[in-house]
This record gives sequence, C-alpha cells and structure tokens, in this order.
Amino acid sequence: MIQPAAIYVLWLREMLKFVRAKSRMIGAIAMPVFMLVFLGLGFRRVEFPGLPPEIGYLQYLVPGIVGMTLLFTGAFTGMSVLMDRQFGFLKEVMVTPASRVSIVLGRIAGGASTSIIQALMMLFLSVFLGFALPSFPMIAASVVVMMFISVIFICIGLILSSFMKDIHGFNTMTNFIIFPIFLLSGALFPVRNLPAAIQIFSYLDPLTYGVDALRGILIGYAAFNIWIDLLILFISSTALVCASGYCFKKGEVL
Amino acid sequence: MKNGIFDEQGSMDTIILNGLTKTFGELAAVDNVTLSVKSGEIFGLLGPNGAGKTTIINMLTTLMVPTSGGATITGHDIEKDPEDVRRSIGIIFQDPSLDIGLTGRENLDFHAMMYGIDTAERKKRITDVLAIVGLTEKADVLVENYSGGMKRRLEIARGLIHHPRVLFLDEPTLGLDAQTRRKIWDHIKDLNKKHAMTIILTTHYMEEADYLCERIAVIDHGKIIALDTPAGLKTLLKGDVLTLSVNGGLSSFMPLLKEKLWIREMNLHDSNLTITVTDGEKRVPELFALAHVSGTAITSVSLNKPSLEDVFIHLTGSSIREQEGTRHSHVHAGMRRRMMR
Repeated sequence: MIQPAAIYVLWLREMLKFVRAKSRMIGAIAMPVFMLVFLGLGFRRVEFPGLPPEIGYLQYLVPGIVGMTLLFTGAFTGMSVLMDRQFGFLKEVMVTPASRVSIVLGRIAGGASTSIIQALMMLFLSVFLGFALPSFPMIAASVVVMMFISVIFICIGLILSSFMKDIHGFNTMTNFIIFPIFLLSGALFPVRNLPAAIQIFSYLDPLTYGVDALRGILIGYAAFNIWIDLLILFISSTALVCASGYCFKKGEVL
Repeated sequence: MKNGIFDEQGSMDTIILNGLTKTFGELAAVDNVTLSVKSGEIFGLLGPNGAGKTTIINMLTTLMVPTSGGATITGHDIEKDPEDVRRSIGIIFQDPSLDIGLTGRENLDFHAMMYGIDTAERKKRITDVLAIVGLTEKADVLVENYSGGMKRRLEIARGLIHHPRVLFLDEPTLGLDAQTRRKIWDHIKDLNKKHAMTIILTTHYMEEADYLCERIAVIDHGKIIALDTPAGLKTLLKGDVLTLSVNGGLSSFMPLLKEKLWIREMNLHDSNLTITVTDGEKRVPELFALAHVSGTAITSVSLNKPSLEDVFIHLTGSSIREQEGTRHSHVHAGMRRRMMR
C-alpha cells in the first residue's frame, strides 16, 4: 500500500519547486515577519497578566509566530492540491500506479519539509529583533513539535481541498478557518485572557497545544504540561493523516 | 453494428467494456456501452462534444467509478484492481497535465520514478522518448516556457516512457497546427506498429479518425450508434457520387444505365449526369464502355468518395453540438455571474 518511491518523488517535486520559487518563499514568510516585527516591537513593553515578568512580549510572541508560519504554509500546501487540480497535474499523479495513501503521504512529507524550513527561518530571523535562542538540543526538539503542527494543518488543507472543487473558495477558507485557528491559539496572547465561552474553542484548536509546546521548549514557559501538549498533537496528527487519506481516496479526482 | 463483439475471440481483446454506464444526476453521460478492443488495434471513439467520450476514458483510466457495468483492461478489472490497470496503461489527457514549474526532463523523470523504473533505465528511456518527440534540446527548460505544441509532445513522451501496453489518447491533436498534428499522427502509427501498443483515441476530427483508426465507434448521447472500420462506416451512406458531363446519344445511354443494378440513384441536369454508386472508381471504365456503345461522349468525370464527416452527420443528425455543461464550466459561469453583480 505504501510505496516509498512515490512518496520520495512527490517530496522531491515539492522541494525542487520550493527552491525555485523564491517569490513564493518570500511571500509565505512576509506576513509572519511583519507580524513579528510590528507586534513584537509595538507591544514590547506590554505586560500580560498571568505571565512571569522575566518573559518579555517578544520572547512570548516568537513561538506563536513560528506556529502561525507552520499553520499558514501547512494549510496552503495542503490546499495546493487545488492548484494541481486546476493545472491538471493531479490527474497525472492519479493515473500512475502510486497508491492514494502514498500520494497523500508524499504530499505531507513535502509540505512538512518546506513548512519547517520556513518556520526555522522565522526563528532565526527573530534573533535580529532580540530573541534569545535556546540551546541546540532544544531547537532540535522544537523541530519535532513543528513537524506535528505542520502535519496537522497540511492534513486539514488536504481535507478542505477534497471538498472544494476549485480555487475560488480559497479566500473564504482562509478567512473563516485558518484565521480563527490562528487567533484562538494563543499565538499572540495568553488564551486565559479570552472570555470563558471563547476559551472553549481555543481548547479545541490543535494549534493551541502546538504553540504551547513550542513555548515550553523554546522559552521554557508553557501554560499546560508539555507532555499533554505532545500527546494531543500526536493523537490529532495521526487521526488527521488517516482522515485525509480517506478523503483523498473517496473524493472525486476531476 | 456489423462487427459486433460476439464473433471475436475473447482472448484477443485487450479492453472489454461490459454495459459500462455513468450517470450524473439525471443525465446518462455514458449509457450501457459494450464493446471490445483487440490487442494491437488503434480504436477510435468518435462523437460530438459532450457525447461521453472523455467520461469513458476517465472510467477506463480509473479516475472515475462507473455507476454500473464494468470493464477490464489486459484482464484487470477497473474497479477491483485499479492499481494493476494503472500499471498497464498510459494516458495523454485532453487538457494539459504537466507540472509547469518543472523542466521537461523532470516531468519525465518523476513520472518514470512513479513506475519504479531504475535510474539507468530511466536515463535511457528519457533520451529515447525525447528524441521521438523532438524535444531533446528543450529538455532542461522549464515547461512554463514551452509552446502549446511542445507541451503536447512532452505529454506524449510522458505517456510512453513506462512502455504501457495500452495507450489512451484523449483528443491528442486538439488545437494543434497542421504540421504538428501530422507529426503526432505519424508517431501514433509508429508506436502502434513498433511496440504492438493497443491505442484508444477519442476525437471529433473526422480526418484524424479516418487516418489513424482501424475501427471506430461513433458515440452520441453516451451510446454507441455505429461501430465499424472507417471504410465500413462509409458504406452506410448510399455510396460514391460520380458526376459526368455528357454530350449526345443520351436517348440510348440512359436506358442502358437504368438496367444496371449497381446504380442507386441517377439525376440529369442539362448535360450533367450525377450517379450514386458503390465502388465508384471501379465503375468508371464500365460507364465509358457503355457510353461508347451508345455513342455518348463523356467530356469530364469526377468521383466524390463519402467522407467520414458525411457518415457522422448521417448518424448523429448534425455536425455542430453545444457542449454539455461540465461541473467545472458551471462553477466558472457561477463565479462570473457573482462577480457581475
């Protein structure tokens, strides 16, 4: 069922296109960079209730922006299936002997690699604003969390794209699904500062746990127990991989 | 349907469709199609726009699931073992399906990797297919810089690289210029001969079907309305039309002609005599002999063979058909309407 060759081909394709499309790369990280620079500098002196005073807002914000980068790039790579459908390339992949599961896994592998590269770029760029990088093993550990986050949102993108037949629903999806996921996650401010009714949605948002785990690893401060974060991330990513495989199998190709 | 499927040997058939049906809501896009394609044959699906040709191809290439009925390709069932079906087929789609962000060579290489062909063999085959379609020099250029004809040729190369036993061509020369089209036709014939590849092509170009196909199924409204060789289909019409300019001696010439059973229709306008016959070219000498006997001088003669187009119009009733709205075009139309408001 799982063909490593097919997964490798799709991964390689994604990497090649990523390296070639410099404008796409710049476009993808432009927004997180702006958010980081303006929010980070603008709210530099803000003190949130419930945060230890030794953690400045910039330190607090960077893991959130890394999570945001993973959310947006992940969801967009997932939805790039729509582009392939538009350009007919999806059909080409679907008539090769590659199993549907391998096709989904190949996409996830390619998308996760490019998302993580962009997230790491954000992390290193933030150093110029004064972010204090943790030790190398911590950065390596954060890559594992990044992988979970990107897999989750690539799968959500894949699932959404199996319901959408063309590219026109794209903006609606961004506005009504991707942005709420971002804003609810506590990437910008502690979730506990939200009204209780809205907090419920935050706790249903996988990015909440992703950002929290990143904070725990990168700045040594987490709102929840980091092992619980990791467990939730692991369970939701596994479930979503299966769900996207199923949707891709069931969905009409044309 | 003179050449029905029942008088052929089952073992020789590479593709067998058995009551294949696909409905979209109320519309039966493909309606109970039963036919078989022999091994090594070039088989044409000819029909107006929206007749169901592409839907048949989509089902045979496992991109769509039939509503009812089924089909086998090289003995594999399209629903039960789609992966084996996909392994033995190649397809050249009607719409472009290349990754324009990659080079021609990469498109070919990635495709071949999907079929598990090893590195050395891939290199060799890529060199071969690039030469066949004449794209060797452009192989390392990004596909977005290719012309329409080059893209088409690259897709053909890609369809061949894994040496499929069955090749599907969906409107292979749609929108191409005459030279490119002729070249592609020759490639198709070549492939069929050299590799004994079974080829199914859809087209609405009569001359394409006539030039390439050994047998043609004429499809309209999802149903097969005729299935025969191009020559066989042409005999569905009354025959060839001979136009003679004649001079004198008609009073004895006409009665002589009336006795001939092979003449189906005869009309005289002034000195122009039109005669509908079968096998027109063989009748010309006979006509001259008769004219000689009756003292008639024939000053000119022209022979018009029926074209496949005549047959097509005869069968489908019209040559122009509004394209049935696909879901895609429907969505686009909807978007346009929304944007207009």
